[in-house]
Amino acid sequence: MTKTLYDKLVDAHKVCDLPDGDMLIYVDFHIMNEYTSPQAFSGMESKGLKVWRPEAHLSVVDHVNATRSVEAPDAQSKLLIDNLEKNCITHEIAFYGLGDLRQGIEHVIVPEQGLVVPGMLIACGDSHTTTYGAFGALGFGIGTSEVEHVLATQTLRYKRMKTMRVTIEGETTLGVTAKDIIMKVVQVVGAGGANGFAVEFAGSAIRALGMAGRMTVCNMAVELGARAALIAADEITEAALKDHPHSGQFVFKGESWASDPESVFDEEFTISGTNIEPLITWGTSPDQSISITANVPSALDYVSPKAKMALERSLQYMGLTEGQSAQSIKIDTAFIGSCTNSRIEDLREAAKILEGRQVAKGVEAIVVPGSAMTRMKAEAEGLRGIFEAAGFEWRPEAGCSMCLAMNDDIAMDGERVASSTNRNFEGRQGRGARTHLMSPAMVAAAAVTGHLVDVRNFR
Amino acid sequence: MKEKHMNKTIKGIAAPLSLANIDTDVIMPKRFLITITREGLADGTFADLRFDSTGEKRPEFILNKAPWAQATILVVGDNFGCGSSREHAVWGMRQLGINACIGTSFAGIFYDNARKNGLALPIVSHEIRDTLLQFARNASSAEISIELDSQTITAGEISASFKMDDATRTSLIEGRDDTLDTLKYAGAIYDFETRLGNKMRISVIK
Repeated sequence: MTKTLYDKLVDAHKVCDLPDGDMLIYVDFHIMNEYTSPQAFSGMESKGLKVWRPEAHLSVVDHVNATRSVEAPDAQSKLLIDNLEKNCITHEIAFYGLGDLRQGIEHVIVPEQGLVVPGMLIACGDSHTTTYGAFGALGFGIGTSEVEHVLATQTLRYKRMKTMRVTIEGETTLGVTAKDIIMKVVQVVGAGGANGFAVEFAGSAIRALGMAGRMTVCNMAVELGARAALIAADEITEAALKDHPHSGQFVFKGESWASDPESVFDEEFTISGTNIEPLITWGTSPDQSISITANVPSALDYVSPKAKMALERSLQYMGLTEGQSAQSIKIDTAFIGSCTNSRIEDLREAAKILEGRQVAKGVEAIVVPGSAMTRMKAEAEGLRGIFEAAGFEWRPEAGCSMCLAMNDDIAMDGERVASSTNRNFEGRQGRGARTHLMSPAMVAAAAVTGHLVDVRNFR
Repeated sequence: MKEKHMNKTIKGIAAPLSLANIDTDVIMPKRFLITITREGLADGTFADLRFDSTGEKRPEFILNKAPWAQATILVVGDNFGCGSSREHAVWGMRQLGINACIGTSFAGIFYDNARKNGLALPIVSHEIRDTLLQFARNASSAEISIELDSQTITAGEISASFKMDDATRTSLIEGRDDTLDTLKYAGAIYDFETRLGNKMRISVIK
């Protein structure tokens, strides 16, 4: 019988069936951060339980920390950071804290440390844990009660999901990136279109991507509701496993970490890679996106009254008018960072646009490398010089920063941000802040012109 | 063995919240997340919808109006609870007195978080949801009743069945602690670990 990659991963991690219809699955590796884990530790302790297997966990500070310096932005944030360190000392768990050269955004440092290999199951109290699907590993986000469950049992209660395959066939054109591919998928499948599904990405446009691009695709798959995203492991994956601190220590053998040929999926989507253009979001849901050459939708584009109402609400929040051209949208801020797009490859793409150019007057431009190692690499390659010469502020400390603005990198009411992040929700980057999602290169181009612009004009 | 109470009914005033894609950033804005406890989150729940930037109640928001200020059930738009994994969203809703959300689809992490905290999420068709939205919009409507055992929603003359997977339903009815329950299977977990090769057991460098 043929099996999908998803089913192979679930089967390989199934501990036992439970009488109520769930199963127990084994978690090979678990990552924690400072804001979704405190109540898990205290919950476990209040029940008198111990960590089942301390060496299978890693804690990292990334959500609330400042990016200007290693100091916490305020006393309350410091409490969260100190609390995580204390919990890790008590329970003998690895802790990569501020000032540690291994620190950074969780989903950026895990591959850097060689802690993800094909065939693994990874959980983390962060929705963007789908990122690890790029390696043919099953990664998914969990809530704090489930963090407690993993700490105390090394397992999770789990229900097998339905499977969806999204095939992107045909090579993308110059200026179109992995970010545009996944934004196109979110636009086509819809926010919530993959609720209850594990999504496998396939096709020549996916195979052509390097690991950074594949991570961007799997990272944002959660924006279509996918609880898991997967890309089959291949020679590009194998090559990316070498030369990291944990390289060679873990091998998950037994099957090929790819769907068998002729595998049957519950749902299939096929998208032409060649026709994808650089995209931007205009609204407050990640599926509200258009090509950079298009216009913001108008009520005439919709039939249902509900959709018209949603459009009206989004446009009002975003301060846009119906039918306005994408390129006429002026920005206040340009932000490059987040677990979606802060890797060295992303910084290189943005730097290509910025080299020899200047950030437009009145635009505040910020770049936050995804990890300490990424920052050092970028500095060694001369990227910092390019960003700074263009007028970008180069933040020395890594973290989630303005993607969700839990630290002091907060956009003001009405401030319009061209952002390489993953969510354009109301209030996400600050109360009343207006987010336009796009690729890092598109953010750089917008920073230079002061408005959203087609990055293809820059090449 | 203690007899299990197997007939849980959730009853109360229902408020309509028809907007699609209400995300957990909207349910619990980030400024309420800088905490190491589960408590004190009621005020943060839907904060930017309930209050303006000066902290005044927005009179037009449904949960600020009678009788819906007393609502214990929400009838919600598609894809409710999408986005961030923050369980604070569910803790806050529970602390605000919400016991159930009736919708057509929920984001996966939110769905699992809800189960862990006794928040019931009955899933119905678009047609039934829209009917219930209409019912909830009427201020003079009676309470909605959700019976977990028979998987039935009753609202005035309306009676409809809903979907909920058995494990979630059992967990909600029993009010079970999943962590403690799972430790009954410790033997199976040890056996699984014994079957793993050395190279399939992660050891993170400290």
